[in-house]
Amino acid sequence: MTPAASEENEGLLVRRIKNGTVIDHIDAGEALNVVKILGITGTTQEALSIATNVPSRNMGRKDIVKLSNRELSKEEVDRIALISPRATINIIRNFKVCEKKGVEIPTLIEGVVRCPNPGCISNTHEPIRTKFRVQPKGLHCCYCDWVINRDITGHII
Amino acid sequence: MPTRHIISIGDFDRDDIDQLLDHAAQIDERKFDENALKGKILAALFFEPSTRTRMSFESAMARLGGSVLSVGSVEACSMAKGETLADTIRVVSGYADAIVIRHPREGAARLAAEFATVPVINAGDGAGQHPSQTLLDLYTIRQSMPIDGIDIAMVGDLRYGRTAHSLASALSLYHARLHTISPTGLELPANLAENLEEKGMEIIEHDDIRDVISTVDVLYVTRIQRERFPDSASYFNVASSYRITPELLADAKEHLIVLHPLPRVDEIDPRVDDSPHARYFDQSRNGVPVRMAMLMQVLQ
Repeated sequence: MTPAASEENEGLLVRRIKNGTVIDHIDAGEALNVVKILGITGTTQEALSIATNVPSRNMGRKDIVKLSNRELSKEEVDRIALISPRATINIIRNFKVCEKKGVEIPTLIEGVVRCPNPGCISNTHEPIRTKFRVQPKGLHCCYCDWVINRDITGHII
Repeated sequence: MPTRHIISIGDFDRDDIDQLLDHAAQIDERKFDENALKGKILAALFFEPSTRTRMSFESAMARLGGSVLSVGSVEACSMAKGETLADTIRVVSGYADAIVIRHPREGAARLAAEFATVPVINAGDGAGQHPSQTLLDLYTIRQSMPIDGIDIAMVGDLRYGRTAHSLASALSLYHARLHTISPTGLELPANLAENLEEKGMEIIEHDDIRDVISTVDVLYVTRIQRERFPDSASYFNVASSYRITPELLADAKEHLIVLHPLPRVDEIDPRVDDSPHARYFDQSRNGVPVRMAMLMQVLQ
């Protein structure tokens, strides 16, 4: 399939949005996890479009998430860098891309993943959000010092 | 000025530890103001059983002229009614000038520090941290030898033993070499061992205490808990091979010291108590000057 044909296919699968956010270049198969991390499932009233395994020139296959009428902040989308560091964020206004940026891995993530240590205080009914420092070897629980170094998506809340 | 908490030995650098141990040594020589904490109140929140830690904090506070409030048993406090730890801490912050907490959940002291408006001292959180025990362990070692470069053997339950974890972390600041001897399934957690090695600590695993008894300077013995084993027979079978006896110590270096955070059950033969190597009761006594130094650090 030529690049032009793939673009055409993508256009058929996911309509352009007038206003909102397009998260592009998500690693193939991670779109649903991206939506989960962003916490927009079941809470948003806006149209949410998800395309998975879309042919991509640079990535082979990629996923795309489009959210109408809501501009996600950089802080919100940086969290997806944990599972899809190549993702790009496009802010759309009146069908035009007004802002385009990459994602950066944050130093601290709160309320995104659950601590796998069953004895951790964050796995109780205390009024706190889970808190992890992002370190080269993985995610370090700020409460119990447990380190998640594999299958981060499996620990998403 | 931010509230000072003592949550994890990992929050200390080597200078912090040395200064606190120097201060404890001065206190041991009775060079301290007996009214240093007059009018100050310490809240003791012990949600797990404790004898030595609790009593030595109470003793430390009394010796500095302060007083202690206790919740009594866990069954008698609001936590039994379902109150969150966060709420308990917010309430108790209004009653006391500092809080010392022991809790069965890892990270509980860190959470307490987030909600407290007064300093929090961690007196043990689950299998996590127990910094005051580590400081008194280091203090006891320093009474006998310089800590730098020692060979220390840790014996027993190194998986769940929080005192061993905290002490090993602190000793990585002193270029110590760590020898581990533990039953299958109770070894030092892999992520902790990896962390220590990244900090430059050499860790050597052994199957038998006799392999290292003649080379180590410190023998740190921890209790192997019966509940970790399916039945009494398998517990006794394992426990007997990790028992410290006078016969075993016959091959030890003259200056070797035997430490144990206590309580001991069967790990150390009572005949060892009279040996010049035995320091576990001194270690327990050292809890008072070390905790006095800690209380002064957070309350003054």
